[in-house]
Amino acid sequence: MKKTYKIEVDCANCANLMEEAARKTAGVAAATVNFMTQKMIVEFEEGMEPVEVMKAVSKACKKVEPDCVIQL
Amino acid sequence: MNKKQRKMLIRILTTVVVLVVLAVAPVTGILQFVLYLLAYLVIGYDILGKAGRGILNRRVFDENFLMAVATLGAFALAIYNRSGDYVEAIAVMWFYQVGELFQSYAVGKSRRNISALMDIRPDYANLECEGRLTKVDPEEVEIGSVIVVQPGEKVPIDGVILEGVSSMNTSALTGESLPRDVKEGDEVISGCINMTGVLRIRTRKEFGESTVSKILELVENSSSRKSRSEDFIAKFARVYTPAVCYGALALAFVPPVVGLLLGTGAQWGTWVYRALTFLVISCPCALVISIPLSFFAGIGGASREGVLIKGSNYMETLSQVGCVVFDKTGTLTQGVFEVSGVHHNIMEEAKLLEYAALAECASSHPISKSLQKAYGGEIDRSRVTMIEEISGHGILAKVDGIPVAAGNTRLMEKLGIPFRECHTTGTIIHMAVDGTYAGHIVISDIIKPGSRDAISELKKAGVKKTVMLTGDTKKVAAQVASELDVDQVYSDLLPADKVSKVEELLAVQQKRQKLAFVGDGINDAPVLTRADIGIAMGAMGSDAAIEAADVVLMDDDPMQIAKAIRISRKCIRIVYQNIVFALVIKFGCLGLGAIGIANMWFAIFADVGVMIIAVLNAIRALRVHRL
Repeated sequence: MKKTYKIEVDCANCANLMEEAARKTAGVAAATVNFMTQKMIVEFEEGMEPVEVMKAVSKACKKVEPDCVIQL
Repeated sequence: MNKKQRKMLIRILTTVVVLVVLAVAPVTGILQFVLYLLAYLVIGYDILGKAGRGILNRRVFDENFLMAVATLGAFALAIYNRSGDYVEAIAVMWFYQVGELFQSYAVGKSRRNISALMDIRPDYANLECEGRLTKVDPEEVEIGSVIVVQPGEKVPIDGVILEGVSSMNTSALTGESLPRDVKEGDEVISGCINMTGVLRIRTRKEFGESTVSKILELVENSSSRKSRSEDFIAKFARVYTPAVCYGALALAFVPPVVGLLLGTGAQWGTWVYRALTFLVISCPCALVISIPLSFFAGIGGASREGVLIKGSNYMETLSQVGCVVFDKTGTLTQGVFEVSGVHHNIMEEAKLLEYAALAECASSHPISKSLQKAYGGEIDRSRVTMIEEISGHGILAKVDGIPVAAGNTRLMEKLGIPFRECHTTGTIIHMAVDGTYAGHIVISDIIKPGSRDAISELKKAGVKKTVMLTGDTKKVAAQVASELDVDQVYSDLLPADKVSKVEELLAVQQKRQKLAFVGDGINDAPVLTRADIGIAMGAMGSDAAIEAADVVLMDDDPMQIAKAIRISRKCIRIVYQNIVFALVIKFGCLGLGAIGIANMWFAIFADVGVMIIAVLNAIRALRVHRL
């Protein structure tokens, strides 16, 4: 399953870091952050609950970039 | 300016006021120190916080850390030297914050500009329901609903016109400024703007499957396919920042220790200052921001011109194209075939055409369409049975129970039916009815008006070789090729042969040159994927082409190919300019900083100044209209 989330992030490097952090989160099969359109596209692994996974993704992203917002 | 940016601006201005007051106010000693420290905290508290959290999260070497260490170091140095010169530390932080603010503002603004350019998403659809119109979200409209588009509105969903005549502005999709006239029965594509009349449209797709959604999805996902330059920068930043930090550390400690050992004096102050300068210069923001921004602007600008590039990596490949391979039909020629003659027929012309049209009724190939057109009557599919398409040969079918074969000479040879060669140029459909030769139909294609110019434009744009592939006969191919001035021609190719021909061409290709294949997306999906870069033309409404190709031209004008290549070259040029410019200035300043020529002010230019220039340069990639 693939879902798109709106995000707010100020710098391109932070967007790259967020992308990396999201990819490493358990339950995420693939993730892309589009800095220019301010969107995060997450592909979830089979059988994972997006809401739960996104909580973890959000937490991981806050760790690398405290200023970021993911609109869940 | 958003809330965060406004807050930052206030902090920046407050710091300036405090510094000016402190410069004239007669405070000294501990009080002076405390006041300066307060000013420093006003401007830099968030950076210190982020740096601290970075350390806690074991992500030490980021730019927050660099700035925190550099400015705190400068502060400590001022105390150590008893110079009372706290301004420098505050100034460094101040400039850094100004730079960040500018960057966030400029990037946000250009992001919005680019998004506005691609603002083809319709906000609503006027759904007709029991004679009344209601405004609904396009996503809620089901297939087969009737929608009404007023003059000035965007068509929200792909469909067929039930009623109404109008001209459509397709420029948001194709970059073509001439309006297109549409009438009852025509297909319309979402994203076009209805200019003159009211249209009633029966939708044929869901919103999510409509052209406009496909295009938006494609452009928005394009940044996920990263180019080699972007990868390079990402890897570079990962190595570079820690390397510079260790470099600075070495600069702060090694020379003084060596000095102590040699007995020439440590000069701690000088070296620590140089190390701090080093840290300020080192921030990789200019590269990290301007490179993706250049690609994004380039892709945005290109899509405005009707050239959809699916990713930064394709932008890069496209700029290196040295050989362009064309499929003839539908690309260089209009693909609108017309029956221009029926020869050696043993039955009436109309009867033969009827057989041909019926036999080909299941095929979507342009040739079968032209046969149907020439026949003119209704096609009753129930008369046709046992249709068998032999790829690259033709079609076998039974019409009213009589076996009919329609195809090229290869088909006749395969069936062992003696046939008569034709002496006219064109595509020849040989017909055999009930096992005997029944004559042939000549169909000719028309070269697109822009094709010749397109080939010479490509040459001008730096393409070394142009090649044309076709399933057509040698005679037709040679004639078209000489008219268009194409370098090489390969004819009589089956669809599978096209792939192997492209592979042959790839093998003889020079190393740094890429090969592009241009097709119309019908029947050539394997070739599109096999080439270094596949370009599909005239994709308005064709999903297959959008899927298979790397670059999609919304229009079917071959001139767009040269334009696409020029756009990509400009974009890549800007990317390289930024990389070289930023690296030269950074390493130059790092060198000067290490030997003590560049001071903090130099360092701030190397950081913030370079970034601002690089961002402004990146935005140039958006301007591609006149290319």
